[in-house]
Amino acid sequence: MTAGPAARGQGRTALGYLAPALLVLGALLAYPVYQLVVISLFDYGQEQVSGGAPLEFLGAGNYEELLGSARFWEVLAQTVGFAAVCVVTTLVVGAALAVLATRVRPWARMCLFLAALGAWATPAVAGSTIWLFLFDANFGLVNHLLGLDGFSWTYGKWTAFGLVAAQVVWCSFPFVMITLYAGIRAIPGEVLEAAALDGASTWRTARSVVLPLLRPILVVVTIQSVIWDFKVFTQIYVMTGGGGIAGQNLVLNVFAYQQAFAASEYGLGAAIGVVMTVVLLAVTLFYLRALRRSGEEL
Amino acid sequence: MSVDTAVPAPARVERRPVKRTGGSGRGVAEVVTVVVAGVVAFPLFWMVLTAFKPEDEIISAQPRPWTLRPTFDSFVRALTVQNFGRYFVNSVVVALAVVVLSMAIAFLAAAALTRFRFKGRTTMLIMLLVVQMVPVEALTVPLFFLMRSVGQSVPAFGLNHLGSLVLVHLAFSLPFSIWMLRGFVAAVPVELEEAATLDGASRFGFLWRVLFPLVAPGLVATSVLSFIHAWNDFLFAKTFIISAAENQTLPLALQVFVKPDQNDWGAIMAGSTLMTIPVLVFFVFVQRRLVSGLAGAVKG
Repeated sequence: MTAGPAARGQGRTALGYLAPALLVLGALLAYPVYQLVVISLFDYGQEQVSGGAPLEFLGAGNYEELLGSARFWEVLAQTVGFAAVCVVTTLVVGAALAVLATRVRPWARMCLFLAALGAWATPAVAGSTIWLFLFDANFGLVNHLLGLDGFSWTYGKWTAFGLVAAQVVWCSFPFVMITLYAGIRAIPGEVLEAAALDGASTWRTARSVVLPLLRPILVVVTIQSVIWDFKVFTQIYVMTGGGGIAGQNLVLNVFAYQQAFAASEYGLGAAIGVVMTVVLLAVTLFYLRALRRSGEEL
Repeated sequence: MSVDTAVPAPARVERRPVKRTGGSGRGVAEVVTVVVAGVVAFPLFWMVLTAFKPEDEIISAQPRPWTLRPTFDSFVRALTVQNFGRYFVNSVVVALAVVVLSMAIAFLAAAALTRFRFKGRTTMLIMLLVVQMVPVEALTVPLFFLMRSVGQSVPAFGLNHLGSLVLVHLAFSLPFSIWMLRGFVAAVPVELEEAATLDGASRFGFLWRVLFPLVAPGLVATSVLSFIHAWNDFLFAKTFIISAAENQTLPLALQVFVKPDQNDWGAIMAGSTLMTIPVLVFFVFVQRRLVSGLAGAVKG
């Protein structure tokens, strides 16, 4: 147990240490979340903001409008599909490269890690524009190499999504790779030696020894990836110019932003935000529960 | 990821349990590794190359992976047309303020959450995980109104001021920082605290003179992520800094060269290069710490 020397008034000291964090989180995270819910219950548009019209309480009105529109369901399905593809690809690429990194000499590993750190460190805005330029219809290197002069990747819905997904995987696999690599390295050598002495094959060792030991790390990495990829904003916004032609590449996050700030429908935008949070919470809880059922503790 | 186990993870990472596989198998693996590294690094190479290419080579239908006439024209355009220097300083100020404040606050909170037992401790830990799921972008709406009213009493933290950006990024980086630092604090043996107390150290003395230096590697790893978070922000800068162009940050400055008809790719790439370099330097500098830091966080 990590509790320090037992002392009376521990709670008070702890509270003292926690106070700054609680203050900041309460004022700038908890309160805005509460406000988000409140705003989502009102008809909150440009007139209301400027004080030109009285606030009108709608109750679930914004949510009804949202759930009743085909547009919302389409964007939701796109968001889930896009996030799923990104998460799975990121995990597979990250895990494969982490294993690869354990099998090569330090100089090769150094190359890989430096490249990965570069991709990770690249700001999302810069990364998005670089990829756009590489895939530019007229001046892009990719089209030149593939002989596709004039082909626009961002024009078609699926090519645009694919391009953004590739960029997202590019900048998010390093986190998975480095974390898993550190996890593999942290497995005590004796454990692997014991497995080898018992005559276990490499594959068998990986499946029965390494994988169970890595499970907690895999859980963290998966949850983080789900959280990040479900909320992708900058890449879609920059690469598809705010959601693509006629909004064909919208994901929930960008959709909420457009509704709130471009269409000045703050109430509706807030409602989308609430729905997103609920979906994300549900997915994570479902995942954690499935893990617990299979005997894993958080 | 049990809430209570204390694994001295950072120390363990130094070990090398990997089986030695010699011969051609390793050779193939190394070739694959280098090729992958090349592909991953290629977009960055292309960014820097484009930044140094003359205009006519950039908008050419025959892009070449080299240039014989490197020039600083694009950098000059990026720096002069857009007052990049000013935006650069703004971004640095915001990111550093966020790092310093969030490390101090997160360190105290992490110490409280690992070293003390009190009611609601587990709830608080779970809440810290849950708040990371709230899409911060969705909070732009309430935060926009919050900052507007804050600005009426304290202008420095209101809309159009850098203070508003520091505040929101501080709030967003705290949950993750606390969660991550917790693992590092937990890795410090309780006996050390007992020994320090016997030697007459006050609680705060222990925190500052014993715990802080031991947790420093974790602080470094965590601060990188906070720094990047604040440095990369596009959305809040776009939403909060509406009319004060002099308080704009880098990610938005870049967008100015994106035009519907003809992007100024040279300037965009030069700007991107300037924006990426500080983070890259920071990253390479703390690379080792980061690897052990992440291991510490996930094992804690």
